[in-house]
Amino acid sequence: MIAALIIVFREVLEAGLIVGIVMAVTRGVPGSTLWINGGIIAGVAGACGVALFVSAIANAFNGVGQDVLNGVVLAIAASMLIWHNIWMAQHGREMTADLQQAGKAVVEGQTGLLSLAIVVAVAVLREGSEIVLFLFGVAAGGGETWPHMLAGSLAGLLAGALVGTAAYAGLTILPPKLLFRATTILIALLAAGMAAQSIGFLEQADILPQSSPLWNSSSVLSQQSLTGRIMHTLIGYIDQPSLLQLITYGAVILVNFGPFLQTARHQGHLRR
Amino acid sequence: MKLGVLIVFGLLSAIPAAHAQEVSLQLSISNHRFQPAEIRAPAGRPINLKVINADATPEEFESKDLRVERVIPGKGQTIFKLRPLQPGRYRFFGDFNEATANRFLVVE
Repeated sequence: MIAALIIVFREVLEAGLIVGIVMAVTRGVPGSTLWINGGIIAGVAGACGVALFVSAIANAFNGVGQDVLNGVVLAIAASMLIWHNIWMAQHGREMTADLQQAGKAVVEGQTGLLSLAIVVAVAVLREGSEIVLFLFGVAAGGGETWPHMLAGSLAGLLAGALVGTAAYAGLTILPPKLLFRATTILIALLAAGMAAQSIGFLEQADILPQSSPLWNSSSVLSQQSLTGRIMHTLIGYIDQPSLLQLITYGAVILVNFGPFLQTARHQGHLRR
Repeated sequence: MKLGVLIVFGLLSAIPAAHAQEVSLQLSISNHRFQPAEIRAPAGRPINLKVINADATPEEFESKDLRVERVIPGKGQTIFKLRPLQPGRYRFFGDFNEATANRFLVVE
């Protein structure tokens, strides 16, 4: 039961954090709940699909179908986040002072919500498919333990959702201006982390060249620890990263903050 | 143009050379345990690691040290192409049954 709780908790935790952040970003935007719920439902459906066709996916592309799928969906999610931040930098220029208006900026381009809904869907799909596969195993195992496993899984789901809710609550108590800044940074880090993860899957598939890790910081912060997992989701922490992952991470951060730096310079000029 | 062709040709000819030194290893999972209990590989050579899941339930083969994670369906198998490794102990585990499924690849 504890094993089930832990496995489900850590998967839900990762998706929950992302959903919590996206909810905080889009709070107050008309229709945002609908889009996010749509993203969650699409993600759950996708997770069931992935779990159902796990063999077919595993055998695709000469046995690296899963890596390709993970690499591609993560790249899509990272692109959506980058796109969102760049869009906000350009259109939210005069509105950054007020969350409601910043929110309006998102809704004015409905695609803004669509891009974030896609991010939610990808997060739920990735973590959800592992839960579904794990539960398949539990159900197939049968015996007397499965009601306990189911109870553990439900507890894990609740605990994970609670952390996501806490992230949302923690962010939304910030004053609007600070919230906008915080979520902009969080989204940039999420995007960089997802892009680096995507590279990792393509390296594992041997589509991108493999190389020895640049460092191993697992003794300082293991990626398998709870804090390590949270940092992995939030800022893309990898305890044994490759050079290509590090370059990708840095590039995404630059792309994200480039427009903001320009905006800041622009405003600086105006003030003078 | 000529240089480009030469570079591409050079790269292509380098690939089989690397593959020639490849080491093949095999692991199987049954009752959520890895067999054999210990696997060893020589350092500095690319590794082909085949993992066979003899259980009916899916398992996620994962290793932060080897930088891999992939779900292996029940009664399925997969092959990981690993980079040439430095001597050391590389931990791997089954993410769905970590309590019983966890071992080391010893590279020397």
